[in-house]
Amino acid sequence: MANDISQGLSCPVPMNDYPTIVLAHGGGGKLTHQLIERVFKKHFSNPDLDLMHDGAMVTVDAGRIAMSTDSYVVSPIIFPGGNIGELAVNGTVNDIAMCGAQPKYLSASFIIEEGLSMAELETIVASMALSAKKAGVSIVTGDTKVVPRGKADKVFITTSGVGTIPEGRSIHPSRIKAGDAIIISGTIGDHGMAVMSVREGLEFESEIRSDTCALNGLVEEMYRVSPEIHFLRDPTRGGVASTMNEIAASAQKGIRLYEKSIPANENVRSACEILGFDPLYVANEGKLIAIVSSSESAKVLSAMKKHPAGTESAIIGEVTDDHPSVVVLQTAIGGERVVDMISGEQLPRIC
Amino acid sequence: MKYLDEFRDPVFAKTLSENIHKVTTRPWTIMEICGGQTHSIVKSGLENLLPSSLSIVHGPGCPVCVTPLEMIEKAIIIARKPNVIFTSFGDMLRVPGSTSDLLTVKANGGDVRIVYSPLDAVTIAEKNPDKEVVFFAVGFETTAPANAMAVWQAHKKNLKNFSILCSHVLVPPAMEALLSSSTNRVQGFLAAGHVCTVMGYEEYIPLAKKYNVPIVVTGFEPTDILHGILMLVTQLEEGRCELENQYSRMVKKEGNIPAQQMIFNVFEISNRKWRGIGEIPKSGYSLKKEFMHFDAEEKFSLGIVTVEESPLCIAGNILRGLNKPFECSAFGNQCTPESPLGAPMVSSEGACAAYYNYKRQNVAASGSGLVNKKH
Repeated sequence: MANDISQGLSCPVPMNDYPTIVLAHGGGGKLTHQLIERVFKKHFSNPDLDLMHDGAMVTVDAGRIAMSTDSYVVSPIIFPGGNIGELAVNGTVNDIAMCGAQPKYLSASFIIEEGLSMAELETIVASMALSAKKAGVSIVTGDTKVVPRGKADKVFITTSGVGTIPEGRSIHPSRIKAGDAIIISGTIGDHGMAVMSVREGLEFESEIRSDTCALNGLVEEMYRVSPEIHFLRDPTRGGVASTMNEIAASAQKGIRLYEKSIPANENVRSACEILGFDPLYVANEGKLIAIVSSSESAKVLSAMKKHPAGTESAIIGEVTDDHPSVVVLQTAIGGERVVDMISGEQLPRIC
Repeated sequence: MKYLDEFRDPVFAKTLSENIHKVTTRPWTIMEICGGQTHSIVKSGLENLLPSSLSIVHGPGCPVCVTPLEMIEKAIIIARKPNVIFTSFGDMLRVPGSTSDLLTVKANGGDVRIVYSPLDAVTIAEKNPDKEVVFFAVGFETTAPANAMAVWQAHKKNLKNFSILCSHVLVPPAMEALLSSSTNRVQGFLAAGHVCTVMGYEEYIPLAKKYNVPIVVTGFEPTDILHGILMLVTQLEEGRCELENQYSRMVKKEGNIPAQQMIFNVFEISNRKWRGIGEIPKSGYSLKKEFMHFDAEEKFSLGIVTVEESPLCIAGNILRGLNKPFECSAFGNQCTPESPLGAPMVSSEGACAAYYNYKRQNVAASGSGLVNKKH
């Protein structure tokens, strides 16, 4: 009898059948727990996370650690070649790897707009888990908030991470010397143009895919062959041009780039031509720029080319004592120009 | 990239450059009309490949730069209206009006959207019947056919909620205004290849004759421009003043007839004001009477809008080729792409922005070999 009553009092809609995120999923009650269990824990599960404590308690080797945080707000959240979840994991893994560190643990914080479909959320979470696995990191703590419709754009993800810096590695602008070689790990502009093409509904003959990937494996491979890696950066927002300007300014050195040596996919170059964009300013999510002593550059380049994340690596320029803080491009036809920091966004031109 | 790399070939560029050096015996001042050519020249560092006696001045062919301030102000007034979706090509968004710009209007809640084709604006109008959709129809003869097509389509679809803010300008009257001015110092022109793709080049032949000035219809890739310059300098050195066509792979004498027909279905020639230059008779397009209900100025009864240009900005002189961006006292200090005083600092095709982005003087000073030639 009691059994019958309890059945009669229960909600006729089974809780696990919510096809979309509702505000209550962020309320801290049963639905929140259910969301954590059925989506986040299901995919991220590991002993450190599964304790479900307020924070994660983890062990790292003694010595220096690197730490980084980044927020991801891309629209659309799923795009050719990836989704916001992969970006969130790979982006923070890469930021730590650019410190010469080995990424170990991540946190993941979600701000979800009410109405996001559960299927989309699960797709994103599942690919975060896969990306973390590929990168060899664990997601050990996190948070979820749900905001009313219109107060966010589907989902915003913030990831933070820590990594350990092995003895003998040092990434610092003061190590950048005139004569150092500038190496890029592959083609430029893929991510930015992939997102742009879907966001703006532009149809190109061949699909442009984001290059999002973790670079810590590549960095390890580089260090395996040489300790003479003076600087590492991933040219994300603002592209290669902005990153090179930041490096030139922080090192107080001049940078010379060779346009002809900078790799770019044909479809990205075409899309940029059509829109009047310069691929040097378009975002990458799976590329690094390494500044390496010239004597070691051939060795490092050859190691990079053997790694799956660096098959199209190329030396694209050199550091110079001339024109400190200024980036100069030797153009493909043999001219020269300054490559400046971009002001604002690139906007498609009239004709 | 096919059909592009061929025109950026360093070996071919070197040969052209050597030939230009060979034929040039005297100083010459030549002007490229089109902002796209300005951009290409500066972006590919072409001036390094030219003899120092050759002075390249940048013309009034950037649609963003010559759109009058009043029009920008009108665009801002319309875009601020609550029931309006204001659509525009991307690079108009940053141009400062006298009080604000379209990007700021957007940030403050205005529905301002970038479109890649004016026909996208027509589609937006169809999808949003309860909104007024306005397209900012700017540009030279190059954008006119597509803009005319948008109005034509809206007319065929009987759309009541679509209109254009029209600020179309024409190249030949601007060239004539430059040539007839007492301050003119331009001795030869690279005519704008894309404008001629649409309009052909017949209307330039009398200009070359009347003003004794050689004109070479020129493309946009670096070797196109070098080739155009070579043809132009050869004419100058030989004392010829003819119309020649470098961009023959695209440009026919008569142009693109169907495109011209579409333009004249919808537009008629009218007087137009040019930013920095002033009014030039018969230098633009306006909607024909029967299409006036697509005119946003009429629809929103905007009347006369008064505006004030920055007294520091010498955009007018820049656009007429009288000064180079470096010669402006505000260049790089009061006027930067972040806080532009005039349109040439904003548009990717504007001479000031091109100079600011690609050839700032500090490099020359540091001796990299990248020299900013003063002419």
